[in-house]
Amino acid sequence: MRKPTAALAGALALALLATSCSGAGQTEGGGVGDLDVSTGVTDDTVVIGTHQPLTGPASAGYLSISQGATAMFDYINAQGGVHGRRIDYRVQDDVYDPTQTIEVTQELVMGEEIFAMLGGLGTPTHSKVVDYLNEEGVPDVFVSSGALMWNNPEEYPLTYGYQVDYTKEAKILGQYVAENFPDAKVGYFYQNDDVGTDSQAGLDQYLADMVVSDQRYEATAPEAVATQIAALKEDGADLVVCACIPSFTALGVLNAAGQDYHPQWVVSSIGSDVPTLKNLLREFGESDELPVEAMLNGMITSGYLPATNMEDDPWTRFYQEVHEEYGAEGELTNTTIYGMVQATMFARALKAAGPEPTRQGLVDALESMEWNGPGVVPFASSADDHGGYAGALINQYVAEGDEEGLEELQGPMVTDREGGDITEGAFDRATPEEYDFHD
Amino acid sequence: MASSLRRKQAPAAATARASARRGPAGLWNSLPVLPRHLLAALAALALVAVLTSVTDGLTALRVANVGYYLLAVAGLQLLVGFSGQISLGNGAFMFIGAYTTALMVLYTPMAPLAVVMLAAVAAGCLAGMLVGAATARLHGPYLAGATLALAVGLPAVALRFPDLLGGSNGLFFSLRGAPPALSGLVSDSQWKALVVWFVVLLALVVLATTSRGRLGRRMRAIRDDEAAAATAGIPVGRTKVVAFVISAGCGSLAGACQAYLLGTATPSSFTLALSLSLLAALVLGGLGSLWGALWGALALVYLELAGEELAHAMGLGSNVANNAPVVFFGVILIVIVMAWPLGVQGALSRLGRSLRGR
Repeated sequence: MRKPTAALAGALALALLATSCSGAGQTEGGGVGDLDVSTGVTDDTVVIGTHQPLTGPASAGYLSISQGATAMFDYINAQGGVHGRRIDYRVQDDVYDPTQTIEVTQELVMGEEIFAMLGGLGTPTHSKVVDYLNEEGVPDVFVSSGALMWNNPEEYPLTYGYQVDYTKEAKILGQYVAENFPDAKVGYFYQNDDVGTDSQAGLDQYLADMVVSDQRYEATAPEAVATQIAALKEDGADLVVCACIPSFTALGVLNAAGQDYHPQWVVSSIGSDVPTLKNLLREFGESDELPVEAMLNGMITSGYLPATNMEDDPWTRFYQEVHEEYGAEGELTNTTIYGMVQATMFARALKAAGPEPTRQGLVDALESMEWNGPGVVPFASSADDHGGYAGALINQYVAEGDEEGLEELQGPMVTDREGGDITEGAFDRATPEEYDFHD
Repeated sequence: MASSLRRKQAPAAATARASARRGPAGLWNSLPVLPRHLLAALAALALVAVLTSVTDGLTALRVANVGYYLLAVAGLQLLVGFSGQISLGNGAFMFIGAYTTALMVLYTPMAPLAVVMLAAVAAGCLAGMLVGAATARLHGPYLAGATLALAVGLPAVALRFPDLLGGSNGLFFSLRGAPPALSGLVSDSQWKALVVWFVVLLALVVLATTSRGRLGRRMRAIRDDEAAAATAGIPVGRTKVVAFVISAGCGSLAGACQAYLLGTATPSSFTLALSLSLLAALVLGGLGSLWGALWGALALVYLELAGEELAHAMGLGSNVANNAPVVFFGVILIVIVMAWPLGVQGALSRLGRSLRGR
């Protein structure tokens, strides 16, 4: 039987050669599809979609993003929608698996015929569908990830970033630490992917000389955190800058407490949502009695959105009310607000696109928008800058007795992702009542 | 080739005489194995072409998904159903195929698709040879354990070399779609579905022909009684390794098809869950027949969809609804295996026998 098999292998090779005369990887630059269409828009609805991890290991930290957005769209629809149309927000579960992201995105685009993609979540996942969405001419609005690649208007004209990118945020954090803790022995604790490397690129601009320890974790190896924290302690780091997802911030804090190691924690926004961290600490510590407030007390964080602990902020109060009436069970977290802000801003852009929205109209509205909230730093969605939130402010979590809250250490600052300066980013911020995002 | 075919022709001719009265069926049975399989593959390809041309792009994608799962499960069938070895690690070979494709496309974009696919098969076969040789003396749970380690460990290689393999974000690339001459006639996703099925069917012809021939007979002899097979002069160790190599090649080619279809290779797609669901699909479809692989692949793609629809129709809460497809698959698997231990194919062949019996 050897010979027929070999002959068949040869036939397979020849037949395949015949089907593809030129290189498999040779592609002509993909043009953008026709944008003067209003796919997904009917007289009374606008269908939009997103891919989110609703199940699987990543779902714990991110489930509340789509829940927040859903609650916000329920609120907007209850107010009469946008130009008389209700927004039909379809969430597809991709389990944070890129293969499934591709499938569910094609399902959203071809099967459900969405008008736009809103807040597709994750770098490994969304990076696999940006090409497709741009080729199909589907606006890819406010990607839920801080990777640098979303801000590339030449290659991805329809993709708009949302979250402040990891490098900008790290630069602002790095400068703050260098100015306020000049004698610190800095330890890096970060995720071994673009979250870590992009953050490090920003931190190193200010902290390179102060670093005594550099620890990377794999998101698939939570059991290794104890060793990494031990190494930070061993190297004498008294200030740990953490570019981590929430579960690894919690693991880091928990392991440090277990090893009687008490550095100053400086945590970037993706891993510093206090309500989420408290829940994770209780879960990982397997105890409801854990003094979680005390463990997190003093943590310095960066932020660009209204946060749950900013009780005086009109947007925080507004989101609290929306959450109580339309939200899922459980308390309002900053992750929920993340999704709520995405929904608010999308509705704003859709409203600005006029009563007869087309995809081109949405793009024009985004690119000409002067954003004035709900975020606490300026937002970029212009023709040549799709970067989303342009900077961050710096807060400290303080818990004393029963009182807890965020103290602002440094106001909004903006910068670029290269070696540019960090400048003040003050801007006029509208209240929810002034913000024009529903009928 | 000629000699081996001649040996087969003698009994085939006898069958032809016996069933000459039955007309076309008799003529079909009188054909040698290889042309018969090629014709069947051609018919299947035509069916896929019709199916994708009358449906939308999304269906084409699903049909293509069935294609590469079919190949992966069929490779596993040869190993588990025919040679009696068990592997919990076939997802790892898909990983090898997908990454070979990704690296070839990224670093040698001029290479034709056929070369890319053949490279993936070669890489898979090489890996299969190493693993097969290392595990040829292991049986049952020990072999399962060794292959399990492969499924768990191999994707971590991508994390170890983030610069080359893209770390946990994986690699992504774009591939040529339908040739310009056909643009307007077929969409990119329809074209890709056709290419995937073309590859899959050719590989299936190889598998089917192999399993009908001497190698297949040796494998079944080893599966049924290793000692007896050895006494009869069958080189047990070599045959087992060959089975492993072919199975790995199929897994790798399936991974290459997946990468070609989706334009990505990411470690999180090749989890232990993938290897286990390939095996579950095999058991569901039916051990011991390549048809079982088809039912298994269909189940992998469409049972999950059905589960989602069901959960949606029942109006379950999102926490329950999102886990429902897995439960649904599990329940169906248990029910089918309890009712028909040989899976869907076992049930169908029993049905066929009872119909003929009447």
